[in-house]
Amino acid sequence: MIYAAIAAAVIVAMALALVRAFAGPTLYDRVLAGNSFGTKTVILLGVFGYVTNRPDFLDVALLYALLNFTGTIAILKFFRYRTLTSSLKQLGEPIFDETTDARDQKRRAVNGS
Amino acid sequence: MTVSPEFSAGAVAAIELALLTLLFVVALQMLKSRHLFAVVMLSGIYSLLSAAFFVSLDAVDVAFTEAAVGAGVSTMLMLSAMLLTARREKPVTPGRAPVALIAVLIVGAALVYASIDMPAFGDANSPANAYVGQAYVERTPNEIAVPNIVTAVLASYRGFDTLGETMVIFTAGLAVMLLLGAGAPRGGREVKDVDDADNGKGGNT
Repeated sequence: MIYAAIAAAVIVAMALALVRAFAGPTLYDRVLAGNSFGTKTVILLGVFGYVTNRPDFLDVALLYALLNFTGTIAILKFFRYRTLTSSLKQLGEPIFDETTDARDQKRRAVNGS
Repeated sequence: MTVSPEFSAGAVAAIELALLTLLFVVALQMLKSRHLFAVVMLSGIYSLLSAAFFVSLDAVDVAFTEAAVGAGVSTMLMLSAMLLTARREKPVTPGRAPVALIAVLIVGAALVYASIDMPAFGDANSPANAYVGQAYVERTPNEIAVPNIVTAVLASYRGFDTLGETMVIFTAGLAVMLLLGAGAPRGGREVKDVDDADNGKGGNT
């Protein structure tokens, strides 16, 4: 019973994270929304095992947590350095900074489109 | 704490319904949004949702592949593809929309028509449950104490087959990494194109 209530609450939280992913004006809002959505998926999978009385697949939820963490790091690293194959030590100057969206808008305003 | 099977089934159905609703909403938003980065992140979220849905259908292995490939690798691939193009999608020309809609409707109708021929969900006499499948279901709890029968089949009954597949995928991965030059950060050197080198030296071959 309590687990069903938890599952419902987690699904509501998932919907809230989705709203942020839909609306979120900057890139980081969307990355954060994706990451927290992944976390909620992990929780939902964990709770789901108890709803069905078979918590055998908790380790799957653990692996999702690992994947979610690595994926977020990969996306952020990719957006900072714009490449997948370089080590962080070797790269100095970030190419992509947090004002990319703002810069985009400015460029569009200059171009008048 | 245990719950009654009826309540559990009802809760599972409710969770599945909620997950499918979220999937639908995400898919609609992906169609609507013109901001490509948002679409990439939404496709990652879509993969996570469908992975959760697969778990609720007891297909844990499929769910795991979906999460690793859909939410992990393909998000990165879409991001790197996005860097080569604009950050916003161009509006679709009005003339193309009806043709695409008709094509989608025909394919959808064909798929629905094909699904009528499928056996009912959980049918004990369906081909998947009747012949070899039944033998696996009967033997797995005694021979291999793995809760998921699909895992038992893949990792034990067909262990050598899975080992071969893993080796093929590993080799393919190695080849792709060599092509991409992922080993370079530890002191790789720049390699010029052969044509460029020849042009520089006036072609001494």
